[in-house]
Amino acid sequence: MADILGGVAEAFRLIVTGDPDLYGIVLRSLFFSGTAVILAILWGTPIALLIALRDFRGKTIIKTFINALIGLPTVVLGLVLFLVFSRGGPLGFLGLLYTPGAIIIGQAILVSPILVSIGVSSIESVDPEIMSLAKTLGASESQAQIAVLKEAFNGIVLSDIASFNRAIGELGVVLMVGGNIAGGGLRTDVLTTAISRDTQINEIGLAVALGILLMGIVFTVNIIVVALGKANYIVELVKVPYSRLKRYRENKR
Amino acid sequence: MTVTAELKDVTKAYGTRIVLDAINLQINEGEILALLGPNGSGKTTILKILAFIENPTGGEVKFQGKAVNFKNSEKERLRSTLVFQKTTLFGTSVYNNIAYGLKIRKVPKETRDREVKKALEQVKLEGFEKRPARKLSGGEQQRVAIARALVLKTKLLLLDEPTANMDPKNAGILEEVIDTVNRENKTTIVIATHNMFQARKLPHRIALMDEGKITEVGTPAEVFGKLSKNLARFAAVDNTFTGTAKSTAAGTSKVDVGNGVQIEVTAQRQGATAVFINPQDIILSKTAVESSARNVFKGKITQITDLDSLVKLKVDVGKPFTVQITKRSFSEMGLCLNAEVFIAFKASSVQVL
Repeated sequence: MADILGGVAEAFRLIVTGDPDLYGIVLRSLFFSGTAVILAILWGTPIALLIALRDFRGKTIIKTFINALIGLPTVVLGLVLFLVFSRGGPLGFLGLLYTPGAIIIGQAILVSPILVSIGVSSIESVDPEIMSLAKTLGASESQAQIAVLKEAFNGIVLSDIASFNRAIGELGVVLMVGGNIAGGGLRTDVLTTAISRDTQINEIGLAVALGILLMGIVFTVNIIVVALGKANYIVELVKVPYSRLKRYRENKR
Repeated sequence: MTVTAELKDVTKAYGTRIVLDAINLQINEGEILALLGPNGSGKTTILKILAFIENPTGGEVKFQGKAVNFKNSEKERLRSTLVFQKTTLFGTSVYNNIAYGLKIRKVPKETRDREVKKALEQVKLEGFEKRPARKLSGGEQQRVAIARALVLKTKLLLLDEPTANMDPKNAGILEEVIDTVNRENKTTIVIATHNMFQARKLPHRIALMDEGKITEVGTPAEVFGKLSKNLARFAAVDNTFTGTAKSTAAGTSKVDVGNGVQIEVTAQRQGATAVFINPQDIILSKTAVESSARNVFKGKITQITDLDSLVKLKVDVGKPFTVQITKRSFSEMGLCLNAEVFIAFKASSVQVL
């Protein structure tokens, strides 16, 4: 019991004093998972659009398959990626194993099914007339697709948040392809792997602190979305400074 | 006369179902043309083809003298726009809805603001810019949709049943706008409608449609004057009935429209006749009221549709009648489905087509 209390006390000390090692791990986690989600958005959104807006044979099968992939155990994906990235593997020549690159790619692949699956269902729930509407108002094919994406915005944001939560909280992929390297030039230890390591080496204080911060990040991200009620607020929040910037630029010209 | 658009032997099929069957139609510059026909006759499909958002299966479409390549019709789409029957709005502000097409056309912000303001004035929704579009009433939403199309000042304006779900106030505003836009901007307008009353008032020409074919084209006077067998099919249309007329001793005529329903009209007629009664001209009561109305029928309410300030009722008296009453009367009378009611209308308010 004394251990636990001591650990918690130590954890708070680390958090409050802004321990550089602790916050380094947090920032690394945010960076890896954030980049992974952005990468997944870049390829996942067009895939979601394609599946949702096109009619083709085997559509249901593909959707079912992607849904099933959401439940993919992270260790299994980690193992597959380890084999692919390892020196003898097909992408071994890239030298990505145990680097941040491998973690980012691994997490991006891991969250893609969530992103695509929620993306597809939110795009499909948009009134099919929106596409025709945009077109008859003069939009090109791609402009019309953007109009549909805007209508599906809430669902898309939800899929991004869910993806980020999954990425930042997973252990299997980062551990197996990242290697949990705590020293040297390119550190690959992140919140989850560091928690597991620090627990094993009895650094309870650091582990608890990391745990608290991990929970804090996940809760904060979700609370922001829920508190704003409609995710559209985010767009409005960004829009005001953006339109000011645009007007400023236009005036300058 | 300049031709804005022309359909030559245009067909459209979804699988084996033929929706349009060898349509030939010219749309002249500056005219209002009404496509008049029952639901499912192919009106909407013609409009979608003229808006270049639906490809014809066969035939040729010419727009401003040039054959349209439907695989690459982005340029033509900028010059023709369609207002859907089912009001579809983007989930954003009224301003963003109306400005959408202008943004696509890269119109500068100041012009955009001005044009949006003007379009809102046209449809009598001044100051609505910042309102969330989907929170407006049904009629207001449809007017936003119209403003969104008007603001583009396209060569061709296509309206699919623009007043179908509007109360008379909104419908009146809209008809006025259509007329103004046609006269002042010389916009060529094609309206799909199954509203006889509207088809008589608004357009310069009418194209009668039935089962994917155009069966008659002409001025309203010509088309209604002929009373061809096609028009008889419009019995499916609200309050339009066909039957045999017999003159009465009192100098009026009685039109037997079947199922024991005889409608008295002021005109002297013999033989095949079609009649139309404006839904607003019908008085609804729960008991038989003694009045000057020559036509009184007892029936049951079979359908209730909520319009903005009004309620549209279907009353089956042997023949289905559409009746419009205010929401207030509806609730005060305590009406419900299957309620027994009486409808009454004067012989003089029956229009003989």
